[in-house]
Amino acid sequence: MAKVRGAIVVDTERCKGCNLCVVACPTKVIELNDIVNGKGYHPAFPARHEDCTGCMNCATVCPDMCITVYRLKPQK
Amino acid sequence: MSENILTPEEIIKTGELVFKKTKLMTDAELSYCPGCGHGVAHRITMEVIEELGLEEQTIGIAPVGCSVLAYEFMNVDMQEAAHGRAPALATGIKRVYPNKTVFTYQGDGDLAAIGTAETIHACNRGENITIIFINNGIYGMTGGQMAPTTLPGMNSSTSPYGRDVHTMGYPLKITELVAMLPGTSYVTRQAVHKPGLVRKAKKAIKKAFELQMENKGTSFVEIVSNCNSGWKMTPVESNEWLDKNMLDYYPLGDLKG
Ligand SMILES: Cc1ncc(C[n+]2csc(CCOP(=O)(O)OP(=O)(O)O)c2C)c(N)n1
Ligand code: SF4
Ligand code: SF4
Ligand code: SF4
Repeated sequence: MAKVRGAIVVDTERCKGCNLCVVACPTKVIELNDIVNGKGYHPAFPARHEDCTGCMNCATVCPDMCITVYRLKPQK
Repeated sequence: MSENILTPEEIIKTGELVFKKTKLMTDAELSYCPGCGHGVAHRITMEVIEELGLEEQTIGIAPVGCSVLAYEFMNVDMQEAAHGRAPALATGIKRVYPNKTVFTYQGDGDLAAIGTAETIHACNRGENITIIFINNGIYGMTGGQMAPTTLPGMNSSTSPYGRDVHTMGYPLKITELVAMLPGTSYVTRQAVHKPGLVRKAKKAIKKAFELQMENKGTSFVEIVSNCNSGWKMTPVESNEWLDKNMLDYYPLGDLKG
């Protein structure tokens, strides 16, 4: 069965690496990167992007409004 | 598997944009610590103002505390108040401009310590304003001192052995207090540390502003929040600690209206 697919864009320079989106994602899409951003934080990134459903949980809990979410309904 | 495997880039290009930062939050980077609940509370307040189409007519009052710079982040007309005086300032503004939508955004040190009198009397007069109250159980900005809202036994920089209620008093349930006053139309306690709770808190904020538009009196929304720096925890730990320890003393839900 085709499923709803989602994708996120993280503003890595804005991100403070707080990890809240990582624990909020029900499908464990997000991880913190090993690299550091300009502020010295490890920014979030979609490590398993194919599992994203576009549920928006990550963006809902992100205190710094770093995450934009897209969603695509299943196509026949 | 017969389905088309689209790349994330294709989903971004062809899919529906379902979440982006509201334009009622400025592009300024928030001055809050990583993971601090203030950011979410700001955002959902501004999302509600946008959804209700009130951006042109809203005046917010920023407090003293970590959210002292709320006027830099909230993209509506804002006024800064002296510590604890936001409800008094909101009273004046609302009485001069009764058709404006007026709200205060205050921490627990601001609202429930130095500003207790202003809070109680604005609510008791039934001023037609909305009060957003961020309760993180501590004075965040000044270095994690005990607040009236600090839990029994909770450590802070001025209660290093834990709050002893016999010498330091009990945590002040100011939300329960204002719920008793006839001037309040809607009093509720919410939280923002989980996605479902954020959605509920946003609905409560929306209801609070709608009641203000109907001239129903003071609407009051407490948001139990974290102060990971003051509590000396990681953001994730602080949200778990909040969930386990704060909500027994500060139970979530509507108290009135
Ligand atoms: C008249 C006055 N007294 C004391 C202070 C010091 N002061 C600044 S912020 C603050 C407490 C803030 O705590 P809270 O309202 O809980 O906000 P938070 O920082 O936790 O968000 C205090 C006591 C001040 N700025 N002005
Ligand atoms: S939109 Fe949902 S599934 Fe996708 S990364 Fe965010 S939380 Fe995870
Ligand atoms: S919740 Fe936001 S700030 Fe925190 S790690 Fe995720 S994207 Fe970064
Ligand atoms: S000190 Fe506490 S309330 Fe202030 S920004 Fe940091 S975490 Fe938030």
